[in-house]
This record gives sequence, structure tokens and C-alpha cells, in this order.
Amino acid sequence: MPKSQFFGVSSLNDEVTALVVDDNKVSQMIHHQLLNVLGIVNHVVGNGKEAVEIHSSGKKFDLVLMDRDMPVMNGIEATKKLRDMGVKSTIAGVSSHSLSEERQEFIEAGLDDYHEKPLTIAKLLSVVSKIKYKA
Amino acid sequence: MDVAQLKRQLFEYTTLLFHEGFLDEQFTQLQQLQDENNPDFVVEVVSLFFDDSQRLLNELAKALDQQNIDFKKVDAHVHQLKGSSSSIGAQRVQRVCIAFRNYCQDKNVEGCLKCLQQVKQEYSLLKNKLETLFNLEKQILAAGGSAPM
Repeated sequence: MPKSQFFGVSSLNDEVTALVVDDNKVSQMIHHQLLNVLGIVNHVVGNGKEAVEIHSSGKKFDLVLMDRDMPVMNGIEATKKLRDMGVKSTIAGVSSHSLSEERQEFIEAGLDDYHEKPLTIAKLLSVVSKIKYKA
Repeated sequence: MDVAQLKRQLFEYTTLLFHEGFLDEQFTQLQQLQDENNPDFVVEVVSLFFDDSQRLLNELAKALDQQNIDFKKVDAHVHQLKGSSSSIGAQRVQRVCIAFRNYCQDKNVEGCLKCLQQVKQEYSLLKNKLETLFNLEKQILAAGGSAPM
């Protein structure tokens, strides 16, 4: 049985697309595989500027996994810019910041969800359940 | 040694790594992500962690060797290492990184240098232990056993 079926999400995720935004190569690889295992087609970029650019090019995603601390453009600025552009995708902040003020600042930038790293299958399933807009 | 003995050895070794705090639940999460489409996922992500960590440790040594230490730069590198180590379940490395970051915030040079030595030591220990674990898995496959994860 494919893992996507095992986790009960295959019928939904044939249609779901996601963008991983993270500068950490290890996190990129893990988040990419997490999404693959759930059957979610995904693309990976290395910072907030690349996330904005890929949206500017016309690409759309149902889900964006956004890291907070990145060079060039961080997750807070990128989230604000994407919302200003009218991007309605579900944006989930994924960060290792545990202070509530830092978390709140990120959420107020326009997140739909927030999880502390490391991301797990359970956390990602929770995020996927919150997807409300189909790109 | 036959497959059954090798599997038992692998199980005991892995259990010990968890018991001694070298690995935590996140490593188990990585193992769950390995499948027939990505049969070498754990080895690949751990190899990436090794390469990335070595680079960060080199950068940290350079940054802490400066006349005027840029603690923001040091902290940024430690933050990356903390993130990577927590992502693969490298609990002891992650814990040293937490202490390291506190010393960065306090601009405590001595504390930072001490942590750099500690994190190098923990990283080296972990690398050896994971290499031993992966070698055991290879031996199981070579002996005709199934993929352990």
C-alpha cells in the first residue's frame, strides 16, 4: 500500500501542490520527502525572494511551507509580500523559534498555520487538513 | 554472522543510540519516510547533514578566530546547525547548539569556544555511530536480509 494511502490522504493529494521555502538543505530534503510520501507534488526554493518570484511567474500552490529565518528575504517579509500580491494559498510557517513574540510576529504576517520544527508526518497532516483554497 | 544475528545486533545498537541520547524520535520519523521510491533516504539525508555540518563547523571556527567576533554571524551558523541536527534527531548535537546560542547572545567568547569544542566532539561521536549503524545495515543486505527500515 503506498504510504499516501496509508496516511489516508491519497484521494485528496492527487490534486494538491505545495511549495517548500527553506534555506536549510537538510530541511529542504526532509520536507520534500514528507510531501512526496503524502503524494503531494512539490517544488523547493531557498529563500523568500525565490518564493515571491515563483508566484510572480504565474505558478500557484495550494500549500506553502514557509521557514522564518532565511537570507535575502525572510519568511515574515515573504508572507506579507505574497498576501499583498493576493496569494490565497494556505501558508504554514515552519520555524524553530519558540518565543511567543517571534511566533506571533510570523503569524501576523499572514500565516494560516504555524508549526515548530522539526516537521513530522502528524504535523504535516494537520497542515494539509487546513487547506481551504485550491490553486 | 547470519542475518538474524546481524539484525539483532542492529536492533541493540540502535536502541543504545536512543538510550544514550545520540538520537531521538525525529530519527524514527526519517525512517518512516523511507520507502520503495526512496530506499536510501535516511542515508542520503544523514550524509547531507554530515556535509552541511562540517561546513558550518569550519565557518564557526573561522568566525570565532576573528579579532572582532561577529556574534550575529556565529549565532546564524549555530542556528543552522541546531535546525539541521533537530531535523535528523541528533539530540546531543542540538542540545549543545542551544547552549551555544545562549553564549552568542551574551557575547561570551569563552563560552562560545567551549561550545564549539563540545559540538565538534558530539558531531564526531554521532558521525562514527551512524556510520557504524549504516554499515550494519549494509551487512544485513549483503547477507541476503531485507532492508532494515
